[in-house]
Parts: sequence; C-alpha cells; structure tokens
Amino acid sequence: MRQAAKDKCISLILLAVAMSAIASLAMIAAFIFREGLPIMMKVGVGKFLLSSDWYPQEGRFGIFPMIVGSLAVTAGAMVIGGTLSLACAILLTQFCPPKVVSILKPCIELLAGIPSVVYGFIGVVILVPAISRYLGGPGLSVLAASVVLGVMILPTVTSISVDALRAVPRSYREGAIALGATEWQTTHRVMLKAARSGIVAAMILGMGRAVGETMAVIMVAGNTLDLPHSILAPVRTLTSNIALEMGYAAGEHRRALFATGVTLFAIIMILNTIALTVSRRRARKAGQS
Amino acid sequence: MKWIIAAFLALAAAVVFVSIGAGWGGHRGKPVVCIGSTSVEPFAEMLAEEFQHKDPNLSIDVQGGGSTAGIQAILEGIADIGMCSRSLNPPEAAKLRGIPIALDGLAVVVNKSNPVTALTRDQVRAIFSGEVARWSEVGGADEPIDLITREEGSGTREAFMKLVMEAKVAPPAAAASQPSTASAPAAAPPPVVRISRKAMTQESNGAVKELVKHNRRAIGYMSLGLVHDELKIITVDGVHPTAEAVRSKQYPLMRPFLFVVRGTVRPAAQDFIDYVLTPEGQHVLEKEGLVGVR
Repeated sequence: MRQAAKDKCISLILLAVAMSAIASLAMIAAFIFREGLPIMMKVGVGKFLLSSDWYPQEGRFGIFPMIVGSLAVTAGAMVIGGTLSLACAILLTQFCPPKVVSILKPCIELLAGIPSVVYGFIGVVILVPAISRYLGGPGLSVLAASVVLGVMILPTVTSISVDALRAVPRSYREGAIALGATEWQTTHRVMLKAARSGIVAAMILGMGRAVGETMAVIMVAGNTLDLPHSILAPVRTLTSNIALEMGYAAGEHRRALFATGVTLFAIIMILNTIALTVSRRRARKAGQS
Repeated sequence: MKWIIAAFLALAAAVVFVSIGAGWGGHRGKPVVCIGSTSVEPFAEMLAEEFQHKDPNLSIDVQGGGSTAGIQAILEGIADIGMCSRSLNPPEAAKLRGIPIALDGLAVVVNKSNPVTALTRDQVRAIFSGEVARWSEVGGADEPIDLITREEGSGTREAFMKLVMEAKVAPPAAAASQPSTASAPAAAPPPVVRISRKAMTQESNGAVKELVKHNRRAIGYMSLGLVHDELKIITVDGVHPTAEAVRSKQYPLMRPFLFVVRGTVRPAAQDFIDYVLTPEGQHVLEKEGLVGVR
C-alpha cells in the first residue's frame, strides 16, 4: 500500500515535469505570436514575407531575402551534411568491422558536443579565407554556412540513420546475400529501402537543426540584406536577423523581429510535422509486416 | 527511489534559497551595472578594473549589447549607467542625461595590403551606398569592394550614418526612387543615402576588424581606439585620424562616448562616473587611444 502511494507520488512529480515542458512550449508560442502577429498584419502578411526591403528605421519590413537565405543555407547543409551522414551510416552499419565502429561512432557523436561558436570560429578563421582565395567572392557565403552547418548536423543525422539501418531485420540482409546479391546490391536495394523512412526522418531532424542554428551562421554567412545570387554570395538567415538586431530593437522593429520568429516557428513546425508523419508511417508499416 | 525524491527536494530547496539569496544580495552591495555600446565596453571594463583597485568594496558589472540596448536598459531601470557611442537623439535627450567621457574617432579601415590610403567623405559615401563598387574607381586594384557594416541599432553604425551617409544632402533624384513610408508623413522627404544591401553585417568592432584583416577587398568602419595596428586606417578628407586630429576636431568623423543616466544616480554609480572624469580616469582612456574630454 505504501509502495503504491510512493509510486503515485513519483508519477505525479514526473507528470509535473513533463507538463512544464509543454507549458513552456505553449508560453513561448503564445508570446512570439502575440508580439509578432500584429505587425505582420499591419505590414500585410504577403508584403512581410515577399518584400525585399528591410529598413527597420524607416518602418519597412520585408524578410524575403532572409527566407531565401535560410532555405538556401539549409539546402546546402542537407546536400553536404546529408550525403556525408548517409555515407557514414552505411559505412558504420554495413561495411565496417565492429572494432572500427567502436572508435568511429563515438568520434562522430562527439561532434555534437562541440559548441556552435567554435564551429563558427573555425569557419571564420579557416574556411572563409580558403573560399575567398580559391573560389572567389568575399568568403562569407552560402557555401561557408552550408559546410559549417553540414558538419554540425552530421552527428544527429548519422546516429539516427544508423539506428534506422540497424532496425532492419537481419533476415533481410541474410536473405539478399543468400540470393546472390553483392554487398553493395544488398545495401543499396534492400537495406536502404527498408530503412528509408527512418533515414528520411533523420534528414528532416537535421534540417530542423540547420534552419534553427544561429551563432555559427552569423559568423560565417556575412548577413547581407541582398538576395544571394550564387553560393559564393553572402546571405542573412532568419535566425541571424533576429540575433543580430534583437539587442537594439525597440517598438515596431522589435515586433518585426518577433514576426521573423513567427515565420521561423512556422517553417520549423512544418518540418517537424513532416518528420512525425514520416516516422509514424514507418511505425505503421513495421506493425503490418 | 527514495533518493530521487530526496534529490528533487534538494533541488527545489536550492532553487528557493538561491532566489531568496539573490533578492537579499540585491539590496546590499549591489554592483554598479553598466550596459551598452560594444565600442565603449572595453574601455569601461578597463576603467572598472582600475576603479576596483582603488575601492575593492564596490563591484562594477560591465555588459555589452549596443548603444540602443544600453539606453533601453536605463529606461527600464536595469542598468545604473548606459554606455552610448553616439549622441543622444532628441526624444532620448528629453528623458536622459548623457555625460561625455571621451571622444572617439570613427576610423574607415581597409586591409593592410590595399594600396588605397586616402578617400574623401563623398567617396566613402559612394562606396558604402554601392555606387562605387570596384576599388579601381577610387585608385585601387581592379577588384570588387566588399563592404562591411554594423548591424541596425549599433552606435557606431548610427554615428557613421550621421557623419558620412547623411553628411551632405544627396541630389533628390537618388532618394526619389525609394519613397519614404507613412512613418514620416508631412516631414520633408529624408534624403537618406542608405548603406548598400550588399554590405555584410557584423555585430561587433572585433568581428569587423577580424574580417578586414583577412580580406584584401574589404572596407569597414570602427572605433579608432580599437584599431591598433592590424589594419590600415584611411585618411579621410585629407586628415589622418590621430588622437591629436580628433582632439582638435580636424578629423571629420568623430563622436562622443557617453555615460547615460536617468534622474538621480546611486552614490556608487556616481562615484564611478566621477572617477572616470578625473585626470586619472581620463588618462586610462587616452592611453588606449581615445581623446579625453578634460
């Protein structure tokens, strides 16, 4: 009886902790929407999202270049980070002797523990001058941000993809090999297909991280207000716009930054919803088979 | 299981005690809080350090954030002293008091390998507005110019806007293509020459310096006191910005560093302000490349 009471007490405490997470999410959402929506309405949602004039002192707020910037940088990060991560995951699960895995995997996971400002700093000191020298342009660019973000999302995407590949029943692989498929055919035609939805979910989580990253991007992206015309052009993302100007902004300018936050929030919600749907579908499929 | 509960209780107790402690501490030896311009910040830190040597009982907490953030902090009562690297604008001046602590030149800087050494203010404006986009147009190499500017709200940016971009009224034709919005109705159309959209934005003097140091096509502007000798300082309108040229007001681009306060000042904060204005405090600033006000 006493044990039951204790259990109940603990479960109540845990429930309270869990609720506080939900409450803080709700509060953050309510707050940024309350601050940001009115100015979006005032400027006009279409104009706010599609105009390229960001002159806060003159009351002109258009974040189109930054939306493009965020999407460009994220797409670049997915091309670089996604490819690398998938390659890592395939190597770790299919081709690597266990001993090497036991060294390689912790190393990749350790990348997740490096603070973003360090990535940014390395980007500024090494990557940016190198891009400027060998490829031209100012160095601070979509490309620099993409490379830095690509490395930053590598650990997350890799470890979730590894889990997805490991979750494929052994019999699939054994069956394919028994039918005479080569290692690569097995990997390519069987394993990747079977783990596809898990890998897609990993990519989308990585994408969410890339969209939201701020510090490293401010340092290497250059933060111009112009639409990027090539991957060597500097660019400003939604997050860096907020972080750059938040400290100073007052009045409408401040609310416009919250509205930038609303836009970001919407983009991230869309990505997360896609991620959830995809992984649910995977769960259902697994249930059927 | 028991220890989990115990840990929870301990954590809760700790949180409560810490918050009560902070509340109490707040009323006694409360540190003097200075918030504001990242240009003034390093100098204020030096002054605070010197001052604490003399009066170890008083702690001074210096934070950056930017001039406008400093003014905001003063208005909200978060800070004792706001640090500002531009003149107060009229609505601010109505509510606050700005105490000049030093004069600072605004240095236009380029990479050391850049052959350009002198520009006129009109040329600087043309470069930053994007009208002049290649170094060859102002006597340099045939390369594009990489503009580096500060973020919206920075005191250094605002000083640069006032001293360079808005210094002379541009022909109205240039401004007419960008009609002003409803925010400034009947007033005369502001002949604002904007900083080009292509300009790369950095959020501190340090970041500007770092970029210009590594990019031979770059041009930026920053606090003269913080340049040291890693960058080339451009001679503007024929005057090279030395401390002497700033003091005698020959150098056209200069601005005050202000301590901003509101109403009555706490004695501890007043002591610090007084110290900064003594010959000793001023000497600390002059040693670091600023120009004193006394």
